[in-house]
Amino acid sequence: MTDLKLELKEKIIEQLNLEDVSITEIGDNDPLFGEGLGLDSIDALELIVMLDKDYGIKLADPKEGKKIFESVETMATYITSKKAN
Amino acid sequence: MSKVYLSHNNLLSAYGFDSLAAITKIKQERSSLRLIDDPNILSKTVCTSRIVTEKLKEAFGLLNPKESYTRLEQLLIISLEKTIKASGLPLNERVGLLISTTKGNIDALDTRNPFDEERAYLHVLGEKIKTFFGFHHDAMVLSNACVSGVLAIATAKRFIAQGTYDHVFVAGGDLVTKFILSGFNAFQALSDAPCKPYDKNRTGINIGEVGASILITKDSGALAKESVVLLGEASCNDANHISGPSRTGEGLFRSIESAMKQADVSAAEIDTISAHGTATMFNDEMESIAFNRVGLQDTPLNSLKGYFGHTLGASGLLETIVGMHSLHQNTLFCSKGFEELGVSEPLNVIDKTTPKPIDIFLKTASGFGGCNTAAIFKKVAE
Amino acid sequence: MATTHYIEHYCRITEGRISKNGTLVFESGETEFSDFIKSAYKTLRIDYSKFFKMDSLSKLALVAADLLLLDEPEKNMALVFSNRASSLDTDRKHQQSIQDSESYYPSPAVFVYTLPNICLGEISIKHRLFSENGFFIFNRFKAGNLFDYANSLLAMQKAEKVLCGWVDFDCEKYDAFLYVVAKNGTFTHSKERINQLYQTL
Repeated sequence: MTDLKLELKEKIIEQLNLEDVSITEIGDNDPLFGEGLGLDSIDALELIVMLDKDYGIKLADPKEGKKIFESVETMATYITSKKAN
Repeated sequence: MSKVYLSHNNLLSAYGFDSLAAITKIKQERSSLRLIDDPNILSKTVCTSRIVTEKLKEAFGLLNPKESYTRLEQLLIISLEKTIKASGLPLNERVGLLISTTKGNIDALDTRNPFDEERAYLHVLGEKIKTFFGFHHDAMVLSNACVSGVLAIATAKRFIAQGTYDHVFVAGGDLVTKFILSGFNAFQALSDAPCKPYDKNRTGINIGEVGASILITKDSGALAKESVVLLGEASCNDANHISGPSRTGEGLFRSIESAMKQADVSAAEIDTISAHGTATMFNDEMESIAFNRVGLQDTPLNSLKGYFGHTLGASGLLETIVGMHSLHQNTLFCSKGFEELGVSEPLNVIDKTTPKPIDIFLKTASGFGGCNTAAIFKKVAE
Repeated sequence: MATTHYIEHYCRITEGRISKNGTLVFESGETEFSDFIKSAYKTLRIDYSKFFKMDSLSKLALVAADLLLLDEPEKNMALVFSNRASSLDTDRKHQQSIQDSESYYPSPAVFVYTLPNICLGEISIKHRLFSENGFFIFNRFKAGNLFDYANSLLAMQKAEKVLCGWVDFDCEKYDAFLYVVAKNGTFTHSKERINQLYQTL
């Protein structure tokens, strides 16, 4: 899980072009949207593509994303549970 | 300033190759949207409206082309040829050409496309159209997302007002391509069923394909019988987000207000609205807020996306042409796909095609980049 | 009756150099556009949270516009831009992501920039401009069309000022030339003057 979370942080910074953010600045439970990292609706769609491309997980309903993409922690938990299935 | 008229026009659509072919079917509330499975454009079922390729080839062959033209060029040329012919205007130095498109020959970027990648440059598209007809001036290409069509009409008027031209032929078109569908699909915006603008159960947009053209002129002689005067027009950015519509409908609200001011027309004088109505959750909601802010909640309104889908750079032009015919026939056209209001503010969505004396209509559009455009048209007194 | 308008300020970005009103304000030997524009963004102390999410065309347009709008109090300013390549640089990126079915992953963040007018939206957001927008495509810089359109907007009172010009990005080549047309200013607004300012830099 720790490795996965680190990997997710790297990917988020890389794929969402968060130029001035470093891995250490993203806490596992920090909110990704709104006040936290300040991601927006396009970033949310981009995370859906990332789940598909890098983890082979397709979100059937994009509305699910809201809960899954709350934080790095929730993303890691979701990916782990999907992989276990 | 002297008046500017929208006159001879043509719609090349899945309904047929002239405006009346489409108008007749719209009056009967018949959609041209169909479900298709074509892995060359998307790996899942798509609901779309496309022109039959064989019919297109046949019509284009009649024009004796001297070289190969792309599908989009064929659409624009066939449509323009009919409009130019109907106008009887010689293409001299007082005549301009304005092309409204978002993506032009974007399919030329696909390595499987027979045309060179160079063809994807929009000025090359302009050059091909200009040369085919022998226009005196270079084509101006306007590419301003989904407001392009309405903005092109406003732009033509502005160049006429400035004395650059006396007449401008405006042609609009975009194709149903893998490029576009893959993008809207990644945006989770595509509906796999016929779209339902403003409806409670709307599930997103359909993309469609038309070629549209019109003559915009300052000359009140020899007008088409469905001609209208462009009373006022305005465009305004939301300054909010590049893909999400403003929560307050700010840009659309300001566009309509500014167009009404220029037209010197009050909300009560507007008989009907041809709105954008893409059938995405956020767009339709934003429009309902903007129309209420300007006091147009009771004005009969439709979206024509349920007939043609969203035809991108052509949509504003197409919907204005249909609006002109709606005035001429004194008929409010049903907003296809609408059953139960699903936006937070009240709207008077037309749920049945109805005869009614009408004189003035408002056309609006909104698009990516936060752009919004509104234009107000009045029937030319007979 | 035609009123005379003026060109208030102008700027140019091309071949590693950025100038405002004819004076060099930034120069860099970076060969890649992304390095060049990032360096300019930092040196000129431009602040826009979405900057690094934008495509090259928007970065070029935003930096150019910032040079002219930073101290500009007038918010009723129309944006009338033009170029040759539309958004083709980004279009090619989107096409690459969908070309092969094995590696078919279209990116929403790329797709949204496959329209040239998105850069007008970015500038409008940064400078809070609720104003007229228009994006034209020409085979080369055409002062005449911009001149007529800007005059028309001012004559119809659609704007108090117009930010006009050219922002083109294609195959790592970049060229931006923007100018503000207003009721007062340094140069008389004319086709000849626009061409002269564009060509002398």
